[in-house]
Amino acid sequence: MNRRDFLTATSALGGGLLLGFGLPARGEIRDTLTTNAPFAPNAFLRIDRTGKVTFVMPMIEMGQGTYTSLPMLIAEELEVDVDKVAIEHSPPDDKVYVNPLIGIQMAGGSTAVRGMYVPLRRAGATARVMLVTAAAQRWKVDPSTCRAENGAVVHAPTGRKLGYGALVDAAAKLQVPEKVALKEPGEFKLVGTPHRRLDTSGKVNGSAKFGIDTRLPGMKFAVVAASPTFGGKLVSVDEAKAKAVRGVSQVVRLDDAVAVVAIHTWAAKQGLAAAAPQWDAGPNAKLSTADIVEQLARASENPGAVARHDGDAATAIAGAARKVDAIYQQPFLAHATMEPMNCTVQVTKEGCDIWTGTQVPGLTQAAVMKLTGLGREQVRIHNHLLGGGFGRRLEYDGTVRAVQIAQQVRGPVQVIWTREEDIQHDMYRPYYYDRLSAGVDAKGRAVAWSHRITGSSIVARYSPSWIKDGVDPDAVESSANLPYEFSDIHVDWVAQEPPGISTTWWRGVGSTRGTFVVESFIDELATSAKADPLAYRIALLEKNPRARAVLQLAAERSGWGKPLPSGQGRGIALCTGFGSFIAQVVQVSVDKDSGVNPTHVWCAVDCGVQVNPDTIRAQMESGIIFGLSAALHGEITIKDGRVEQTNFGDYRVLRINEAPRIRVDLVKNLEAPGGIGEPGTSCVMPALTNAIFAAAGKRIRKLPVGDQTRAA
Amino acid sequence: MITLNVNGKPRNLDIAEDMPLLWTLRDVLSMTGTKFGCGAGLCGACTVHIDGQQTRSCITPVSAAVGKKITTIEAVGATPAGKKVQAAWLSLDVPQCGYCQSGQIMSASALLAATPKPSDSDIDSAMAGNICRCGTYPRIRAAIKKAAGVTDTEV
Repeated sequence: MNRRDFLTATSALGGGLLLGFGLPARGEIRDTLTTNAPFAPNAFLRIDRTGKVTFVMPMIEMGQGTYTSLPMLIAEELEVDVDKVAIEHSPPDDKVYVNPLIGIQMAGGSTAVRGMYVPLRRAGATARVMLVTAAAQRWKVDPSTCRAENGAVVHAPTGRKLGYGALVDAAAKLQVPEKVALKEPGEFKLVGTPHRRLDTSGKVNGSAKFGIDTRLPGMKFAVVAASPTFGGKLVSVDEAKAKAVRGVSQVVRLDDAVAVVAIHTWAAKQGLAAAAPQWDAGPNAKLSTADIVEQLARASENPGAVARHDGDAATAIAGAARKVDAIYQQPFLAHATMEPMNCTVQVTKEGCDIWTGTQVPGLTQAAVMKLTGLGREQVRIHNHLLGGGFGRRLEYDGTVRAVQIAQQVRGPVQVIWTREEDIQHDMYRPYYYDRLSAGVDAKGRAVAWSHRITGSSIVARYSPSWIKDGVDPDAVESSANLPYEFSDIHVDWVAQEPPGISTTWWRGVGSTRGTFVVESFIDELATSAKADPLAYRIALLEKNPRARAVLQLAAERSGWGKPLPSGQGRGIALCTGFGSFIAQVVQVSVDKDSGVNPTHVWCAVDCGVQVNPDTIRAQMESGIIFGLSAALHGEITIKDGRVEQTNFGDYRVLRINEAPRIRVDLVKNLEAPGGIGEPGTSCVMPALTNAIFAAAGKRIRKLPVGDQTRAA
Repeated sequence: MITLNVNGKPRNLDIAEDMPLLWTLRDVLSMTGTKFGCGAGLCGACTVHIDGQQTRSCITPVSAAVGKKITTIEAVGATPAGKKVQAAWLSLDVPQCGYCQSGQIMSASALLAATPKPSDSDIDSAMAGNICRCGTYPRIRAAIKKAAGVTDTEV
């Protein structure tokens, strides 16, 4: 069976059968690279002889709405009905499907619209120009007398019309034009208008295919367990007992992990329990969170690599009338995507096929090539919708592990992480330890700002070339480039890695850590100056009208300044990052018995040109709830070298009864488009803790909030 | 041999009585609309209906479903409440990543079948067992109200 037959067989097995019950089907989503159409003027679109348009998405859909906003960009210029296009996941290719803001193929960093705003419109416009040219040649008329509309070329003077399908063969023979004119934002018909998502149908009737839904003929299931301690090794397994479980076919031993292979996940799970693996706990057997925090605290006593140095903050603070100091701490966090980690692999003599959901197909392919020694053509990544990314699927550790297992298994095998395994063997958002000082003059005005950041560098491992002059740009994001103006600013950064623990990206990346610290400390300075937190911020944002405008809008919507009953309070925060300006006001009630309850969030967004306004709203709602989960409850702790949390019982996330009412207001303008997937998360954490201070007088300097208000 | 009634069809299965319904649906019957999320009844991604009741299939042994009607996301649209819920979900664009949404829709459909005009607290109690990491809760609440024909209030 060749690859195409294989894909056809598997897609018939898995999807496409279940659309029904009279629901309107929009946005057919297909497996990676199934279309072979005559007209493919660039990597992003193909049109076949029936006129069927297929868009190949450079970035994967993980909930952020990219499978609607990116097609809108192409369709705007191609002049087709975006609801009728089919969508394919792109194959791995770090060049053709490069994210221009990152330099590789990646969905992450709130970059999709920002990075692809021009390339995808150009892709659509290029194809349109070629189709118009083909029609004009057919009719022997001047192309300028023809126009494209709704999937066809029309010759206005004579009313002649040819659908794109009738033109693809001729268009395919034309030279691809190097330069094409793009519409001005004022001419957009589709971009900027709320559009229903193209991926919803499959997500409401169960037919949407995530990596974990891969079903292949003869596929087995494997459940994996890695050493529970960081850096531990597998010593022994009771293979006989595992194999005594009905349905178990094999036990795969790796250096630091074991997998049990069976006819279904349940048998594999039982087999793993029966195998009762024994471990050598390794070098970190005694490690605890307290040790890591102590190491960070000690490291933060030393000067770091300088990320920003304006004026002379040290002298200004020393000579100030008063000094305000604070230490902020942010914990390790897991991602806890709803779709647990999984990867399906088939290793044959000829190559390796991988079915999974990844934010980085190219990096994943390269990692498998390195592991197996196979060539690029032999490692085929079949990407899928992601059941949540949040940064977890920017890593390929799970795929590498699954391939290690599959190398010992005949036929395809789906490797699944149980929720417990997923949480205990995540790659975590690093623990960060921030020291801040400000000098305050006799009037309470802050005159100098000093900030030392200490923590793990994700960039140093993930992409060391991004480090400039010893400074990890992610580690100091939103801190070195804080929006507030002071004449004397010093920001430095000390790298301190936690022993044995892998750290990685988490929704909001460096901006979320930096925004929490900066927006909390600004609030402390406002308090110290006995000033209104909104007015205090506005006064420090003289040169930043977009930041001022969102702050004022969010404040106005929230009824800022109007008295609230005792035990309730409002907090405000600003996030300028990812090319966007976002302000939020959180309203909380704080009760000694029931704790902290965020009841309302008002969010004002200026992200420049809006592609799909409804997706912007959705991403704000999403980012807010994701951030509140973390700020209120999120914490991975380590004891005896292992993660203490196991499942949603002890790694709590917000539930519907705990979710606030959210209102999102969008500021309309034609500035360059900004990112929207992450800043909502960055902004809400300090807005929440500032609200807690307003309600209860308790300053939260260490996340999560947890029970801190109850002790107050 | 165990016989289950799944979406109106009898299925004869050679599986152990204590096998959870979730893995039976997903791995034996290849019905992947029902999702694995936690394996412990904590997140609701695996929600199905057994005789119309919302049930966490990850902790329900197949023996508990024998002789009863199992309905999954693949067929809930054929029920009056399920059809309304799916239509409301589509019209408000509730899903983001979408992974939890099968379970959300199953819980919401069971709620509306039993309580056609749910209050906010009815929604809270019926839906609090379903986690969504994308934070689609505001839209879930609005969509349930839309499906029920109940007016929602603005913030």
